[in-house]
Amino acid sequence: MLKRLRENKSAQGTLLALPTTLWLFILLVVPLFLTLVISFGRRGIDGNVTFVFDQNHTPFDNYIRLFGYSVTNCHSGQAACFDPLYVNILWRSLALAFNTTTLVILLAYPLAYFIARARPKQRNMYLLMVLIPLWTNFVIRVYAWMILLRKEGSINIVIGWVMRWLNIPFTPLEMLYTPGAVLVGMVYEFLPFMILPIYTSLEKIDPSLYEAAADLGANPLKTFFRVTLPLSMPGVVAGTILVFIPVMGTFIVSDILGGRQVILVGNLIQRQFLDARDPTFGSAASLILMIMTLIVTYFYTRKFGFGEEIVVA
Amino acid sequence: MNPHRRSPFIIVAAALTYFFLYAPIVGLVLYSFNASKTNIAFEGFIPAFGELKTDGSLIAQSPCGLFHWYCELAKNSDVIEAAGNTLTIAFTATIVSTIIGTMAALALQRYNFRIKPFSQLALYIPIVIPEIVMGIGILTLFSQLFGWANATFGLTGDARFTLGMATVTMSHIAFMVPFVTLVVQARLQGLDKSYEEAAMDLGADEWTTFRRVTFPMILPGALSGALLAFTLSLDDFVITFFTNGPGSTTLPIYVYGLLRRIITPQVNALSTVWIFVVFVAVLLLQILQNRERKPHL
Amino acid sequence: MTSEFAVELRDVVKKFITPEGAELNAVDHVTMQIKNGEFFSMLGSSGCGKTTSLRMIAGFEWATEGEVYIEGKAMGRTPPFQRRVNTVFQNYALFQHLTVYENVAFGLEMERVGKDDIKRRAGQALEMVQLIGMDRRKPNQLSGGQQQRVALARALVKTPNVLLLDEPLGALDLKLRKEMQLELKALQQRLGITFIYVTHDQEEALTMSDRIAVMSKGKIQQIGVPVEVYERPANKFVADFIGESNFLAGRIESISENEASVFIQDLNAAVIGTPISDGLIKGEAVVVCIRPEKIRISEKGALNQKLFPGKVTNTIYIGADTHVFVDAFGAKLKVWEQNRVSRLDPKSFYMVGQEVWLALMPENTLVLKKD
Repeated sequence: MLKRLRENKSAQGTLLALPTTLWLFILLVVPLFLTLVISFGRRGIDGNVTFVFDQNHTPFDNYIRLFGYSVTNCHSGQAACFDPLYVNILWRSLALAFNTTTLVILLAYPLAYFIARARPKQRNMYLLMVLIPLWTNFVIRVYAWMILLRKEGSINIVIGWVMRWLNIPFTPLEMLYTPGAVLVGMVYEFLPFMILPIYTSLEKIDPSLYEAAADLGANPLKTFFRVTLPLSMPGVVAGTILVFIPVMGTFIVSDILGGRQVILVGNLIQRQFLDARDPTFGSAASLILMIMTLIVTYFYTRKFGFGEEIVVA
Repeated sequence: MNPHRRSPFIIVAAALTYFFLYAPIVGLVLYSFNASKTNIAFEGFIPAFGELKTDGSLIAQSPCGLFHWYCELAKNSDVIEAAGNTLTIAFTATIVSTIIGTMAALALQRYNFRIKPFSQLALYIPIVIPEIVMGIGILTLFSQLFGWANATFGLTGDARFTLGMATVTMSHIAFMVPFVTLVVQARLQGLDKSYEEAAMDLGADEWTTFRRVTFPMILPGALSGALLAFTLSLDDFVITFFTNGPGSTTLPIYVYGLLRRIITPQVNALSTVWIFVVFVAVLLLQILQNRERKPHL
Repeated sequence: MTSEFAVELRDVVKKFITPEGAELNAVDHVTMQIKNGEFFSMLGSSGCGKTTSLRMIAGFEWATEGEVYIEGKAMGRTPPFQRRVNTVFQNYALFQHLTVYENVAFGLEMERVGKDDIKRRAGQALEMVQLIGMDRRKPNQLSGGQQQRVALARALVKTPNVLLLDEPLGALDLKLRKEMQLELKALQQRLGITFIYVTHDQEEALTMSDRIAVMSKGKIQQIGVPVEVYERPANKFVADFIGESNFLAGRIESISENEASVFIQDLNAAVIGTPISDGLIKGEAVVVCIRPEKIRISEKGALNQKLFPGKVTNTIYIGADTHVFVDAFGAKLKVWEQNRVSRLDPKSFYMVGQEVWLALMPENTLVLKKD
């Protein structure tokens, strides 16, 4: 039997890949499928999922609800109306993801550029300095911002000093539990994920290209826009994917820094599964989140390519 | 590269960004020495000796002095347990995911086999799907599975299948494997097949070739992948959040729990310890890497 | 199991699927018989199938059709570690994590040879390639030439009957390469084992081989001893690939067993040549091949040879030879003349525009199929 295995390369490959494939299939593919199925279900009386439907309840109820159709919460007299509650949540999450990604790119690029241009011996150190915050825990980093942004927090203290020195009356800013706080938190969390890929793609640029550009008459600014920037795009793309997708789904940042004020898709899903105990609605929301993410990713990579060679830093 | 022309704009931007990255951490560490029990405002460093105002919210004096909150931390059995859980899960998950991930990387890189498209698709999913979608998916799987199993086999009480260390570990392995596979695959791409062919040419069969030639050569890659996996597991919040149960709390979950209740500087102490451990580990790693680099070109 | 031949390939085909999905015969119905103790080279440019053929002998690839025989036994899908052949790889494939000694000892460990015997034999092998004293070094501490010798020692220490060499000298600089060529040849003759050598360097093949197989596009173009391959190329491809050739298009006027008269259009005259290809008939369009060193060039007409006129377009002094480019026969010809006499006066070389006379000898004028 060993002889037959030896001669069958395809079987060898299958054997090697089988554990991983099975594991992922059971723990990732099947759950996705289950989520899909359950999203068409209904929350039964005792909290279980049922698939019993009648004229008031259809399989698509959850989705309809997500997109605004509501029979409760309407103005007087109307049987059904458009309730933008959930649509707003979806939109807000999308907007936040876009804004975060944009800000992250703006902040990350100069730093990545700086590191890429540093002397090789120093580059490692600079990179480590970027990575260390990343290795401290996500939750902890969010908490750190909580301390800074509070009314009695460090930022307000510093501003207070400055204001007092300028003799301007000052009341501490309410920064925590605002959308702005969530944005700052998100940018902070995901900044390193953009720095690394951009750095990698910048570092890969053949130095002789700069010399060629100079030889052909391009000044440093032109060289940057016509040579450096385009060649670093794979890094930006990879970084965008690494930032955009998680931001869409993160709920901790909005939970801790946004309090009850800022609700994103992640929070919605989290609550459905924990508090409201409606896994069917939560599953539907989760699927919509996934589809939105996939759509954006698809169009983005169609236009910009994948940059996957950059991902392995 | 361009002769190291440092545009001042770039340097300032870089410095500001580093400042942005580290300011919160510095604040975090400073507040771990906060004299105030409620940690709302900073009320001065805990004195080793001497008096302070004692209006209930401040610590007058402490046997541990400046490190009062760290002492409290050490006495906190919940934290110890959570730390233990976190490490156990991370180690177990890392070992399993590194082994099967390396195998998968070898398969994908070297062979064409029938289930290859499925393998590639499966490995792709965690990268493009938000963690929360995976998390609730796995939760759904387990709850449905356990519900059915408990009912069918009539299990009650402690004999029931529930969420716990096992479920968390299994879920961690699931989302770690793609990363390990990716890293090892990247390393394999640069690995010439001719070394293994040479070994076989000299009389080594497949297993001996793997043992004496392939394995030593992919070991650095596998270790890299393992390290990445380990950090991912230690750090994970979302997946753990949905798959843990009583008795399987990990540190991130624990901290999150604390944040929603009363916040004492103990949280800061915990955070600082965590940061410090990471820092030391990274330093050690660098030293190891540098030492390894010398004999080779 | 002895047989007449050390290695034999019978109608071997190797199919590959290109990334675009098309089928490609990397080795296309190749048959060759390699004798015991001979230095056999496979020569061709990249993609001709020589390396693939070698790998099928070693066992790294399996033939899609046909069969590979080693010492008379059909190999089928036998894995490499069960074949009594050893390979010297193009990139040496030395185990980077093992020392020189450990590399060489590796193959013997696989044979479960005793420790003392390993030491003795490895020592002998290293001595044979003149690498005594390098035992403890790691491959990346050696020069290219030294690494190559380790690869050689590692393979030879197992005393195989057949040694396969895949362009082993490619990475070495010119001088070292030429030295190694002679050393390898001497080694092979001393050991008396069969060497199967793959190269794209024709000079290398001609220098070292007992017989050469010229390959192109997966097919064998010609197998023969070096003199045969050079002086009597089987077809236009071999004539063009080996050495330099001048080609003239013409049509056969008359043909007998040893002689053919070929009418060259632009010359409005016929040249006498030797028919090489089989089955040439009168009236057939053919190609006449003349090697540059075989054309006699002179300034004045002489003797009773048939002389053809030409005009010099360029002269290049190489040192031992002078290369003269002449327009004649309606074609651009290369003529190489050995500088037997020291020529220090520039005017004594053929000048551009000069009228010269070219003489061809029938036994050096080859008539080949047009393909």
